[in-house]
Amino acid sequence: MQYKSQAVAKPYFIAAIGLFVGQILFGLIMGLQYVMGDFLFPAIPFNVARMVHTNLLIVWLLFGFMGAAYYIIPEETESELFSPKLAWLMFWIFLVAGALTIVGYLLVPYAGLAKMTFNDLWPTMGREFLEQPLPTKLGIVVVALAFLFNITLTILKGRKTSISLVLLMGLWGLAVFFLFSFYNPSNLVMDKYFWWWTVHLWVEGVWELILGSLLAFVLIKVTGVDREVIEKWLYMIIAMTLITGIIGTGHHYYWIGTPEYWQWFGSVFSALEPIPFFMMTVFAFNMVNRRRREHPNKAATLWALGTGVMAFLGAGVWGFLHTLAPVNFYTHGTQITAAHGHIAFYGAYVMVVLAIISYAMPVLRGRAANSEKSQVVEMWSFWLMTVAIVFITLFLTAAGILQVWLQRISATPLGFMAAQDQITLFYWLREISGVIFLIGLIVYITSFFVGGETKEAA
Amino acid sequence: MSTPSITLHTHQPGTPPGDLAIWLFIFAELLAFGVFFGSFAFSRAHHVALFNQSQLLLNRESGAINALVLITSSYFVVRAVAAIKQGFSRECANWLAGAIGFGGIFLVVKLFEFHAKFAAGISLSTNTFYMFYLSLTIFHFMHVILGMVILAAVMLKARRGGYTPENHTGVETGASYWHMVDLVWIILFPLVYVIR
Repeated sequence: MQYKSQAVAKPYFIAAIGLFVGQILFGLIMGLQYVMGDFLFPAIPFNVARMVHTNLLIVWLLFGFMGAAYYIIPEETESELFSPKLAWLMFWIFLVAGALTIVGYLLVPYAGLAKMTFNDLWPTMGREFLEQPLPTKLGIVVVALAFLFNITLTILKGRKTSISLVLLMGLWGLAVFFLFSFYNPSNLVMDKYFWWWTVHLWVEGVWELILGSLLAFVLIKVTGVDREVIEKWLYMIIAMTLITGIIGTGHHYYWIGTPEYWQWFGSVFSALEPIPFFMMTVFAFNMVNRRRREHPNKAATLWALGTGVMAFLGAGVWGFLHTLAPVNFYTHGTQITAAHGHIAFYGAYVMVVLAIISYAMPVLRGRAANSEKSQVVEMWSFWLMTVAIVFITLFLTAAGILQVWLQRISATPLGFMAAQDQITLFYWLREISGVIFLIGLIVYITSFFVGGETKEAA
Repeated sequence: MSTPSITLHTHQPGTPPGDLAIWLFIFAELLAFGVFFGSFAFSRAHHVALFNQSQLLLNRESGAINALVLITSSYFVVRAVAAIKQGFSRECANWLAGAIGFGGIFLVVKLFEFHAKFAAGISLSTNTFYMFYLSLTIFHFMHVILGMVILAAVMLKARRGGYTPENHTGVETGASYWHMVDLVWIILFPLVYVIR
């Protein structure tokens, strides 16, 4: 590693992977509850398992993004972090706050948790993905501000590159749009309207900037292609992301009580949202094909290419599938959405974080790349997890199509639960795929402990 | 505009002028407008009477004036490219200033038009036709502004003598984008204001 302070990225990456395991375990619990409704009831009700599953995902990705920033920024700015101590302090605060929140979800009934954490003073809880108690939300803001302070000052005193500026823009956007989680108007339409400013403008806006810059960084490192070329691509991708993604928010405004024109705005702009993802795929393959060096870390290259392909499939294709208003009229809130959610999050954000971890972790451990043996194990985990998520997605898509048909299109429509009973086969198949995913994740973690001959860091 | 003696190209024959990246961008922009135009046509087919009736209330004169204004500004941009190919940086910058000025005239005319519509109480929710009229023209309006910003950046660099007959990709890049903005209006104006 070139800069001493980059070392602070390591605990962030380790915590991210640890929480990732938790996320998958709760996913499996919930997947089983789909077909065995009283599994672990009343200890872990479905709604709690779901909350833990989604919240852990967000938190571990945030750990991943922060670790990535702490790793990338010193190298890009060619200077040590402004304050590695602050980064360490924030790591522990974030980890403890996150753990306490999850323990709270699991041990205290949600309404009781709300009361304990002063939700009546400033009601922000009870909304999907933003369920965190007020102290946790405030903690996230403090951690984010300290983190941004640290990163911004490092960039200000060092070399300014497009990658670090785009990353910084994405991270600031992440913090700014999180503030809408504190705004909870009593008008349900307005509530939902601004709720999406956090949820959508994160994953289909500013997070894509983070995604683009992480991918660009890894590609520069493993391919040795000119920075100038990679930066041009990065700019085109983020321009398209913002052009399509910001107004594309409209695809969430079809049926929540907003004016009708959102059906047009949402359809037109979100239909174009696959373009930046397609550009990312072309970008990744193009750069690897034009590579000017053979980097010993083949696994990182694989993750980077995988990000391009799976993000396009998951966010692009599976998003487009149900983004047009006339289609969404039927598919809204069905398993089609769940299918898209799984493959998009995996393809775009999980994979890019694993790509940067794959590239950075060996360097942080004092070598250019892991041993051949370790990389083979890691690549196995890549294929296990990726194929498993593809199958989860296909089974959920099949479940969704059936659900739409049985519940909303057929001449004799079934009620929600009756329709669910008809598609249990697909939920079982999804659960099996989920187990394969967990196996893949275990293999992934194992790869860190596989020894063998390694090359010294350059 | 260009004399036969001018054969200098910064780009390889067979590739588009300017930076390749701008062409990806132009392609994406045209796709966005294209999808919007397609939606307009699709929607009109379902509400022909409403569209025809609402269309009569648009100000075709200001639309036509603006078409002429943009086409003229595109001509200026062509002159700017021709000038830099002969190494006349100052002339190039002046032609670009003219193009930016005409872009400004377009914006002013458009603002008068918008003002009249908003004063009449027309909004995105008035009806489907006005939804398209307002969103398409406002969307295009913002592209004119972006185009002017790009041309201004090119103009400043040209004024500093930053381009040469051998290397003026930047001028061609800005020119290509500006022609796209012009082209979209050339389609938008008849489609929304005139054809019935």
